[in-house]
Amino acid sequence: MAVCVAVIAKENYPLYIRSVPTENELKFHYMVHTSLDVVDEKISAMGKALVDQRELYLGLLYPTEDYKVYGYVTNSKVKFVMVVDSSNTALRDNEIRSMFRKLHNSYTDVMCNPFYNPGDRIQSRAFDSMVTSMMIQEPRFQ
Amino acid sequence: MVDAVLFELLHTEMVAELWAPDSDLDPGPGGQRTSLQVLEGMGFRVGQALGERLPREMLAFREELDVLKFLCRDLWGAVFQKQMDGLRTNHQGTYVLQDSSFPLLVRMGSGLQYLEEVPKFLAFTCGLLRGTLSTLGIRSLVTASVAALPACKFQVVIDRC
Repeated sequence: MAVCVAVIAKENYPLYIRSVPTENELKFHYMVHTSLDVVDEKISAMGKALVDQRELYLGLLYPTEDYKVYGYVTNSKVKFVMVVDSSNTALRDNEIRSMFRKLHNSYTDVMCNPFYNPGDRIQSRAFDSMVTSMMIQEPRFQ
Repeated sequence: MVDAVLFELLHTEMVAELWAPDSDLDPGPGGQRTSLQVLEGMGFRVGQALGERLPREMLAFREELDVLKFLCRDLWGAVFQKQMDGLRTNHQGTYVLQDSSFPLLVRMGSGLQYLEEVPKFLAFTCGLLRGTLSTLGIRSLVTASVAALPACKFQVVIDRC
């Protein structure tokens, strides 16, 4: 379950960013911003490596004491960044991969929507509801 | 393969519609240029969406030539159910893609008949190539030329600045 999900365009501005606890949103925005440097580093490292396989999933970008940040880049250089709660240790790598795959599929659907201009902020409700399904539900205490 | 026929028919109608003698469209050369731009623009938007959807399961492209090979194999395969017959480059940003039997022209005949009518049938495809390249991060200019139907060549000049 993600705590924050962001979609960043290839020019490095956010197309979509949403986080769960609505206080402290700025902290997540800042984390996503700093993770972009790590993403760029990984992309350029991929370019120089002689390995034939170039994966789209970038893996764990960097861990902090409360959160872990994962990255994924598409062929059109659109980046997906996901921040996950560290205390949720049950999340395995292939679950994160499948979450990114769902994100990629939904982003492709947004792109094919004739009412969407590439480069605009994503306002699709279908995309919103897909992201909601991936995020933690805040526990409601009485 | 019903999809191919549907696309061909739709494309033919699109071109016919934009070329129909219309009162608000100037029928002279000025209006024709606008119609070509409209067709190219349509192809561009479709290419942008295809550029996102088609490479989905593929690994990241390593260099420009990989992107061009993707255009020749996967894009042409998805849209026209065949692969491009030839790809040439001068290694300085110009690529020539050759198709010896372009599906949108095959129905018109072979040889030199209808050669003057051909540019409007290629505008959408030029836009398609340009849109796909743009999503994949390459700014380019695409033009098409026909020496004899149904063979045609698409020239892609990459904007390197």
